[in-house]
Amino acid sequence: MSKAMEPDLQTPLGRASGPTESGKQWSHPSDHWLRGFVLDNRAALGTLAVFIVMMAIFMIANPTVFTTWYLYSSVLTTLPVALFVVVPLVFVVTCGEIDLSFPATMGFASWAFAIVVQAGYDPFLGIAAALLTGTLLGFLVGSLVVYGGLSSLIATLGMNFLLRGLIQIINEGKSTALTSLADSSAYAIFSGQLWGIPVQIFWAIAFVVFSALLYNRHRFGAQVKVVGDNPDSAKQMGIDVQRVRVKVFVFTGIGAAIAGTFSVMINFTWWPTAGDGYLLPVLASVFVGGTPTWGGIGTVVGGAIGAVTVSFIQTGVVAAGLSGFYVQFFNGLIIILSLLGHKWNQARYR
Amino acid sequence: MGERIIELRDIKKSYGQVYALGGVNLSVDRGEVVGLIGDNGAGKSTLIKILSGVVKPTSGDILVRGKPVTGWSAARSRDAGIETVFQDRALAVQQTIVRNIFMGRELSGFLGWLKVNKEIEEASRLMREIGFTSKVFTPHSIVGQLSGGERQGVAIARAIYKQAELIILDEPTTALSLTETAKVFHFVRQVRASGRSILFIGHNIHHVFDIADRFVVLDRGKVALTADRSEVKSADDLINFMEEIAHPGGLPGLHETGGAEQRA
Repeated sequence: MSKAMEPDLQTPLGRASGPTESGKQWSHPSDHWLRGFVLDNRAALGTLAVFIVMMAIFMIANPTVFTTWYLYSSVLTTLPVALFVVVPLVFVVTCGEIDLSFPATMGFASWAFAIVVQAGYDPFLGIAAALLTGTLLGFLVGSLVVYGGLSSLIATLGMNFLLRGLIQIINEGKSTALTSLADSSAYAIFSGQLWGIPVQIFWAIAFVVFSALLYNRHRFGAQVKVVGDNPDSAKQMGIDVQRVRVKVFVFTGIGAAIAGTFSVMINFTWWPTAGDGYLLPVLASVFVGGTPTWGGIGTVVGGAIGAVTVSFIQTGVVAAGLSGFYVQFFNGLIIILSLLGHKWNQARYR
Repeated sequence: MGERIIELRDIKKSYGQVYALGGVNLSVDRGEVVGLIGDNGAGKSTLIKILSGVVKPTSGDILVRGKPVTGWSAARSRDAGIETVFQDRALAVQQTIVRNIFMGRELSGFLGWLKVNKEIEEASRLMREIGFTSKVFTPHSIVGQLSGGERQGVAIARAIYKQAELIILDEPTTALSLTETAKVFHFVRQVRASGRSILFIGHNIHHVFDIADRFVVLDRGKVALTADRSEVKSADDLINFMEEIAHPGGLPGLHETGGAEQRA
């Protein structure tokens, strides 16, 4: 090694560019709040743009229908159910996993709710039973995937069939009518109306806001992102990677329990198929919302807007005067266009 | 020398039938820079992973400040004041500089809610300290946008945040430019001047010789040599010693033409 190749050992750190810059070096164009906001929320804003364009097309096709409140009221009744599972799934996907067992968890937890209510107990107790069931099932599914070392895609698909099968075996396909719900205070609080608006949507919005804070401003969200980004690094830095992974499944179980309970309260009836129809729309919402499949990043608010978009496709297609046969086509179109948009919008760093 | 920060006693690590470490003793005292040298496959990486708690030894004792530890893990190692700058830097490249600096050690208050402003403030300070002079980047910059040297800077900033007593640098100069290497060397001297310790792992013996107070040579899972700075006259001494243990009796091939055929 020649002397010229020796590193310059006398250069102090941070003085290479001169001392005058030290005060200013952290000021950056993105410090401007609007630009920073756009950069931080580009995926969610992209989803919002997709939604606005889609709604504009529907409205141009049939402007009068979209001025009727009933159209929005029906969406606002069912949308909250989806939101309670879309949001936890953003955490799961960010963590580098997937959970396909949430429909069965919705069914199972709302079954617990139905049993308690039918037995004559207060619906609040039923909600507690549903939450407990959802938490336990989330823990069960999560432990199976994480400590069993199984692929979450296959294991949760299996658990979805297994749990749904159990419900069907025990109930033999029979539903439970819960007529006593209508007079309960729990129904008024969670499923009534406020200023003519279905009250569920307020609970769902509160849940989205809380979860967005959990995602961006809480240690849990920070660790979920790091684990999904690079589990080896997370482990080297002392994060209990397995525990974080189990937690996201527990979170999904809790969300599914709330969603299942809300869906039962809308109909006053529990069906053994409760939750089944949500699998594909909810998954689509997560990815339409701008959370990529590879883990590490995601957006809770984007996922919520994605759920709104997906909920409006069916209503919008029919309201725009097209036949119901167009619904699937539009579902697919929106998913593909959103994915193309997000790909262009988000760089993937390795 | 001062207090003994960490001591490994008769550490063995086997992967199935293969021994990566066959009874290693190693200690680091306060304020000293220990240079760990060894050929590829000597067991350096395994030893680092045991010190940082990522890998558990098959047998042997770990003593922190003279007391044996139980349930050694990565979290315990960091709690004990040992920070490691891994060779792969252990960064999450899709996350911001702030999130990487506080990875596994998020600054959180009530019920785990992050102290976001404090984290940004501390990250800015650390990055200035480490000489991160580029004006293009903020604590919110994504690590994937940074160069290799800048990523190393983030990893080092993370290691110095908690005033660690021992910082392990695993091949910190690999793939770095000369100015970046100089920065790492300056950093090592700063840390020693502040009375803390460093374990410096390097394949470049000249680099290690320039910086270490004490050398430990690892060979095939065992400590082959421990020598103070005063006992080694030049880097060439170390190189000669390593060649000697790698090829006892001189380099083969020079006067052994035809050896390959005989073995085959």
